Amino acid sequence: MPTAASADPLPVSDTRAEAIQVEDLHKSFGTLEVLKGVSLNAKKGDVVAIIGGSGSGKSTMLRCINFLETPSSGKIVIDGEEVEMNADGSPANRRQIERIRTRLAMVFQQFNLWTHRTLLENVIEVPVHVLKVPRAKAIARAKELLERVGLSDKADAFPAFMSGGQQQRAAIARALAVDPNVMLFDEPTSALDPELVGEVLTVIRDLAAEGRTMLLVTHEMKFAREVANHVVYLFEGRIEEQGPPAEVFGNPQSARLKQFLSSVA
Amino acid sequence: MELTLETLGLAESAQLLSLSAPGWGANLLRGLANSLKIAFGAFGFGVLIGLFGAYGKLYGGPVIRDLLAIYTTVIRAVPELVLILILYYVGTDLINKAAGAMGYGRIEISGVVAGIWVLGIVQGAYSTEVLRGAIKAVPPGQIEAARAFGMPPIMIMWRVTIPAMMSFATPGLANLWLIATKDTALLAIVGFSELTLETRQAASSTRAYFTFFLAAGGLYLMVTLCSGVVFGWIEKWARRGQPSLRGGRG
Repeated sequence: MPTAASADPLPVSDTRAEAIQVEDLHKSFGTLEVLKGVSLNAKKGDVVAIIGGSGSGKSTMLRCINFLETPSSGKIVIDGEEVEMNADGSPANRRQIERIRTRLAMVFQQFNLWTHRTLLENVIEVPVHVLKVPRAKAIARAKELLERVGLSDKADAFPAFMSGGQQQRAAIARALAVDPNVMLFDEPTSALDPELVGEVLTVIRDLAAEGRTMLLVTHEMKFAREVANHVVYLFEGRIEEQGPPAEVFGNPQSARLKQFLSSVA
Repeated sequence: MELTLETLGLAESAQLLSLSAPGWGANLLRGLANSLKIAFGAFGFGVLIGLFGAYGKLYGGPVIRDLLAIYTTVIRAVPELVLILILYYVGTDLINKAAGAMGYGRIEISGVVAGIWVLGIVQGAYSTEVLRGAIKAVPPGQIEAARAFGMPPIMIMWRVTIPAMMSFATPGLANLWLIATKDTALLAIVGFSELTLETRQAASSTRAYFTFFLAAGGLYLMVTLCSGVVFGWIEKWARRGQPSLRGGRG
């Protein structure tokens, strides 16, 4: 571990398998350096909340983990498998990154459901076409998942006719359908009307409770404190402070985090 | 029926257009069938070129992009009639030269194949631009979601980009199809017996120009009307999942 700020957050005696290891991740857009060396470890079952102001690089960090953004440099290891990178940071082995992506399900701020497919079709799309699950099996599983997120009666509806909260719950069902090892949430409630935030958070809270590994970029501080077992505060592309939620929220050390927490409270 | 035609003074026209021996109706219909064959082929070939062209222009390297820019600019700048003459004579000449070099004799090139090839290349230039615009109109999040779930590029194209762009592409492609049906008439100049040439032959043999060209016009109009219905269905299908613009989001 290169810096104290990025030290392994968990006790050494922890024997759970590593789910995600990020080492010294840098990302620049042109001359603008958004991530200036970020390291992060998440073990199986961890719920890591990533918080920070706008422009702090938290979404970029999440998107670098599944290479939706190409990192400028650094190392990313998923389930013990290091992603092969070219010198410019792009994935060197397309098949490897595609295989890894099927184990990392992402939930987007803007839902990004496929608009020309019904909710059920959205949920079975990846299992049937990428993971080659038999269609009947995928449909049965999709129905269970839609039921679980409270959308069993909307299976044949198109996303554009749903509320934001319903779309995001469907997007979570789509993510669960691939049986992911890690779920990546990129500000899942930021595009929602305030009265719809609760229904989505309830679903995510359930997932956390059943021990799923999750990385959660969020502006919902109360929620982060409640569901996460580890909180990372990013400031201008660096990890300013991290630790258990009770520490980070209850007893912030850095002045910037104190200021940030008071500004969002 | 016969009496009505008689009173309207159309008995002679009806006889000229009759499908059996003395009438020329069968010739006109044969011409129409050839026109439609070429229009279908050229439109399909054009869309195929357009798909590769659009992807090449959007994601290709600098060389591919430059070549495609030259292709779309030149084809769209030169009148179709001139292109048809160039492509038809150059194309057949090249094929015959190649055949000669390989020791075969002169090859008789089928008019339908030549027509499809010539009009397809013209259509391809326009299709490239229509499809490029449609692909660019697909919200990036749709493609990003597919990438995030590990879809390989070809699957993203078939499962996400093409279905999502269809609603943007349909109006432009419908236009191109109608242009294709009418551009087939230009092939008359290279002696291909599509509807316009058949009509001209019938008209000049019988001196009944008005009758035959009006009939041909009627046939072209029918093709357009039927196409309108079919494209209506296609557009409805392509826009599935999108709230109607007229109704708003209720």
